[in-house]
Amino acid sequence: MAYADPDLGGSDPVSGGLSACPACVAAPSAERIAAMAAPADARIMLSLPAAHCAACISTLEAAALATPGVRSARLNLTLKRLSIDAAPEVTPARMIAICKAAGYEAHELDPGLLSTTETDRQSRDLLMRLGVAFFAMMNVMLLSVAVWSGAEGATRDMFHWISGAIALPTVVFSGQPFFKSAWNSLRAGRLGMDVPISLALILASSISLFETIHSGHHAYFDAAVMLSFFLLLGRYLDHRTRAVARSAAQELAALEVPRATVVTDGAEQVKPLAELAIGDLVLVRPGGRMPVDGVVVSGTSELDRSLLTGESLPVWAGEGTRVSAGEVNLTGPLTLRVTAAGRDSSLHRMADLVAVAESAKTRYTSLADRAAKAYSPLVHLLSFSAFGFWMWQTGGDLRYAINISAAVLIITCPCALGLAVPAVVTSASGRLFRKGLLIKQGTALERLATVDTVVFDKTGTLTMGAPEVTNLADHPQVAQEVALALAGASSHPLATALAEAARTRGLRPARVEEIREHPGYGIEGIWKGQKVRLGRAEWCSGTALPVTATYLCTGEGQSPRAFTFADRLRPGAETVMAALKAQGQRVILLSGDSPGAVAALAERLGIAEWSAGVLPAEKSARVEALKGQGAKVLMVGDGLNDTAALAAADVSISPATALDAARVASDIVLLGQDMAPIADALRISRQASRRMVENFAISAAYNVIAVPLALVGLATPLAAALAMSLSSITVSLNALRLK
Amino acid sequence: MEILGILIPVSLGLGGIGLLAFIWAMKTRQFDDPDGDANRILTKDWDDKPRP
Repeated sequence: MAYADPDLGGSDPVSGGLSACPACVAAPSAERIAAMAAPADARIMLSLPAAHCAACISTLEAAALATPGVRSARLNLTLKRLSIDAAPEVTPARMIAICKAAGYEAHELDPGLLSTTETDRQSRDLLMRLGVAFFAMMNVMLLSVAVWSGAEGATRDMFHWISGAIALPTVVFSGQPFFKSAWNSLRAGRLGMDVPISLALILASSISLFETIHSGHHAYFDAAVMLSFFLLLGRYLDHRTRAVARSAAQELAALEVPRATVVTDGAEQVKPLAELAIGDLVLVRPGGRMPVDGVVVSGTSELDRSLLTGESLPVWAGEGTRVSAGEVNLTGPLTLRVTAAGRDSSLHRMADLVAVAESAKTRYTSLADRAAKAYSPLVHLLSFSAFGFWMWQTGGDLRYAINISAAVLIITCPCALGLAVPAVVTSASGRLFRKGLLIKQGTALERLATVDTVVFDKTGTLTMGAPEVTNLADHPQVAQEVALALAGASSHPLATALAEAARTRGLRPARVEEIREHPGYGIEGIWKGQKVRLGRAEWCSGTALPVTATYLCTGEGQSPRAFTFADRLRPGAETVMAALKAQGQRVILLSGDSPGAVAALAERLGIAEWSAGVLPAEKSARVEALKGQGAKVLMVGDGLNDTAALAAADVSISPATALDAARVASDIVLLGQDMAPIADALRISRQASRRMVENFAISAAYNVIAVPLALVGLATPLAAALAMSLSSITVSLNALRLK
Repeated sequence: MEILGILIPVSLGLGGIGLLAFIWAMKTRQFDDPDGDANRILTKDWDDKPRP
């Protein structure tokens, strides 16, 4: 019982729609994990999706501090996390119970996986350099205004000296990220964007210092600090977007505290998955997910394999049945003998496949990279040819030639270029996050913008994996009432769905006595002296229909009545289909389920192209084939059978309820239950891509105007400052125009 | 122009104070939980005595 989220039981997995804590949405039943929590360490981290106000802080902190053994408790409202320092006897389960008593749902997080300290340190470091650059820019600018408005002689020199005293240490301190990365790329023999940046910073500072010493007219100290400020701003935005996505993804992973209940000599013991060995006996309770691959040694039950294969029909399991990690146990407790654990389990082998496919995906070169590749040689070429030309023209005036080439470097320096992409990505991913989409990959937005074909998985993606009765009204009322009485006694997903439907029709359960559940078969009881059964077809001595159904027999000799089920549609599925069609996307449905179920769904949603019974390898092969035909494929899926296809597609989305491996493989995670944001994501990504190109065009336009001025030696420090700040501000504003 | 001898150090000093305040706020992790801090100011829990 290792994984959270056994949520195929039809209960509402995403209660709050959207929450600021994406992980809480993903793992609805962390309570279950907590119930078997291992001995606690002193540090407990809880996720509290419902915390939102000042009163929440005092209630929760007071409740936690009132617990004996708790040394300190602090709620971070921004991250909605409660961190508790406590004596070892305080368990996460206890703290979750306390939060629940205070009125807040809580989920345990694995503090080990939330290693935000490193990114935290980096972002603090960047912010510090940014703050210093801002201070220096403002002061140097103040002094430069005096020079621009005509300060002369000793006053100008003094202002230059003061500017230099501020600017030089600032460039040394704030420019370090650029210098480091320029040095790295030079050593690797490449000309990155950071090489011209560093060159411009160094050249501008040294030429300005030289001019100041010789009481020259022009010093570019203001340009140097402005350059570092705007570029650091772009760098910081970029870093922050990544850090937010990373921490949310980490939180999703941290929720799945991997533990299993091991039975040794009749005693149950909760152990971390890593400590399991082949041959161990593991107990999996109803509703739990298989933590390992194994063979059933005792117990009977039904298994939900939809996450692995896509089939929505539960499978019977008894002694000798082989089970794979990731399947969900539905009705009775099962004891397994472990055949493969941890790294060797089928779940992990799949995850390894994904890792291979992932590395292929990172080969995508982003717009920014392509721009840098074209831009950076051009900048160097321009600057050096200006230097050469003016050396020749002036007959060897080194000072003038260097001045010109520094001015060219400063003007062409990709200030706006460095901001163009981060500003758009920050603005777009913020907007998508509010809509319930988490962008995990920096380049996902750009790839999403090119999509023309959308491939969907069925079970768990277009449908909720939660059944709905379709033919309740076809049966006589007595049958319905007996079925309700039997179904009400079970927690099997089909039974709960049947009972819920009957109750909403206003039916009352019939008087059925001695109700007993036979795990793996169904429910049995005595009604008016007759034995009645609700369960699998063979158990009711009938033949199974090709659709998901449960069977009711009310006495010997009668043929059983079938209650058929269809998967409940995910909310927003119809909206998405309509929107995709309006956008002219080609929509394909690939499912591992039976043809009947797939055809019904395809008709309901108006999908013309569909295939049923598709194996995982076929799915990824189909995606590859589509890509081979030149299509840009977006894959939306949630199961293990989709992971390979998710990794193979140009860009992929998975719901937060998906298996860990599927979420890892996808670029974007859908946090809420509603699917409608997918269509928005496509639209926003296209808009974002357009904005990026526009931003490149804007900065190019500034360069087209300013570079000739610099080349002929007309670029004063004032012109450089104007071009730089205006272009940076224009691209930032353009990025904010995203809707 | 002698006034510059006073005004420039004063303006630099003021800017420097701002920078130091920013660095101090950074070092004491005051940007870790902006939402929480905005709300904490409204609670009355520690109005009578400081938090232990």
